[in-house]
Amino acid sequence: MSEFQLQEIPVGPYKHLVSERALTGETMMLNMGPQHPSTHGVLRLLLELDGEIVVNCIPDIGYLHTGVEKNMEAKTYQKAEVMSDRLDYMNPIGNNLAYVMAVEKLVDLDVPERAQALRVILTELQRISSHLVWLGTSALDIAAMSVFLYCFREREIILDIFELVSGQRMMTTYLRPGGVWRDVPVEFETAVRNFIKIFPKRIDEYESMLTNNPLFLDRVAGIGKLSREDALSFGATGPNLRASGVNWDLRKARPYCGYEQYDFSVPTHTRGDVFARYIVRVQELRESLKIVEQALDKLPLGPVHSENRKFVPPPRSEIGVSMESLIHHFKLWTEGFPAPKASVYSAVESPRGELGVYLEGDGGPKPYRIHWRTPSFENLEILPIMAKGHLVADLVAIIGSVDIVLGDIDR
Amino acid sequence: MDNKLEKIVQVLQGKFGAAFEEFRDEAHVFISAEHIIEALTVLRDEHEFALLSTLTAVDYWPQEAPRFHVIYQLTSLVQNLSVQLRVPVNGSQPKVPTATGLFQAANWREREVYDMFGIEFEGHPDPRRILMPEDWNGHPLRKDYPLGYEEPQFTFNFDEIDLRKPSPKE
Repeated sequence: MSEFQLQEIPVGPYKHLVSERALTGETMMLNMGPQHPSTHGVLRLLLELDGEIVVNCIPDIGYLHTGVEKNMEAKTYQKAEVMSDRLDYMNPIGNNLAYVMAVEKLVDLDVPERAQALRVILTELQRISSHLVWLGTSALDIAAMSVFLYCFREREIILDIFELVSGQRMMTTYLRPGGVWRDVPVEFETAVRNFIKIFPKRIDEYESMLTNNPLFLDRVAGIGKLSREDALSFGATGPNLRASGVNWDLRKARPYCGYEQYDFSVPTHTRGDVFARYIVRVQELRESLKIVEQALDKLPLGPVHSENRKFVPPPRSEIGVSMESLIHHFKLWTEGFPAPKASVYSAVESPRGELGVYLEGDGGPKPYRIHWRTPSFENLEILPIMAKGHLVADLVAIIGSVDIVLGDIDR
Repeated sequence: MDNKLEKIVQVLQGKFGAAFEEFRDEAHVFISAEHIIEALTVLRDEHEFALLSTLTAVDYWPQEAPRFHVIYQLTSLVQNLSVQLRVPVNGSQPKVPTATGLFQAANWREREVYDMFGIEFEGHPDPRRILMPEDWNGHPLRKDYPLGYEEPQFTFNFDEIDLRKPSPKE
């Protein structure tokens, strides 16, 4: 290989994004990432610095672009779902939910109540596990090492529950159009109940390490302020929007999967800084746990997927005795099911905000166009506004507080 | 369809003579490219659609006129409504005026649509590619852009395929 060379980044292509002082060399341009422990994936930032103060910040994304939208166009509706797990790898079940709800809306498919309740339990557990990863890593970014270890301990319990129901810890593909893959095993209820029992105390534990810790507060209070107007204009959703004082949660505003039956509140905060986003997410942990408990108490008995055999494959046991079942099974797994020539947009509340799917069918068994409205994309776009005027060390805290997942951004 | 949404659709139809489609309680309003900024302004300022949920496009190749639809999905938090605007764009030199003056969120989404479909947004403050490398040729989400694949290498054709494989640039 050639010998090591120091490469200089030309300012030319970014002339319209930096201040004039950068062109004269008065301020310094610095490259941060894509390999950097605090960028939560492969995010590259081009920073214009005046001493240690961020004057401008230019995010550069696309390092994890895998062409999921294009690939999905080449697969049938059932097979494309497998890719949805891989988008936001902190929230696979939530991605499944967004996808299957769009498919169900497009083909007008019913979902039985037990499946709806199971979907709620699992997506809320997923929200907790995603928030735990966020809490651990963003605290680690600002040097609170022990929180990280505790958070991953609890996340492990949730992943074990996923393994119990689907056989996979992360890429579960457990939710399917028309319901879920199969019913949960008998151990499921005890496993979730155990988690509900221990988890409130664990949240207190995290809070005792952070919420009133003066070292933590020094790093987060008043940093990375986001005003209500900016948040809305930039299309921020989820905890980032709620921490800026806007009470908007799709689970409350447009209830899906029977969220209207459960009693929970939407935490908001008015300060809009890193601390506010921390508080909102920690409170969401408690609210999600409340939803899981109620859904488990109410969990109805009955089928876990739709009886509409045009879209949902028949059970294995029927294939040997029923001609129609054999035909349906064969048709569904070779050709797939057709969807009408029309388009729908359906959105769910992911741990990061509004996760929307624009799905268009062309009458055949493959999606004609699928677009993922991923919340991290919009949330990252605001980073330059939040970072302006702060130190580089604070920038790390701000990136952590936005809770981005690069797989979600680059698709 | 919701009464409030119906009124908004009627306002758009009255002002811009817009065609309208309804599917599963969703309102899709067709607006021409020269009226889109005006329509977005009306929705944002008079009907409280403060959130541009997403901005994307669909390619109907080989159909040429219109080849693309640019899609604006708007949400009103106050009224809890959604409306979708669709702008048909022709295949040769597709152009739409930029919405970055109204919604900051349009900035990156328009760059993404440019990157993936080659639709230009006139007056965009930062018209670069966003997901693909800067020197990439073509626009991947167009329907005439092949999906691509990797040839499987077996023992009998390993060397032959190895020669054709692209290698990273120096």
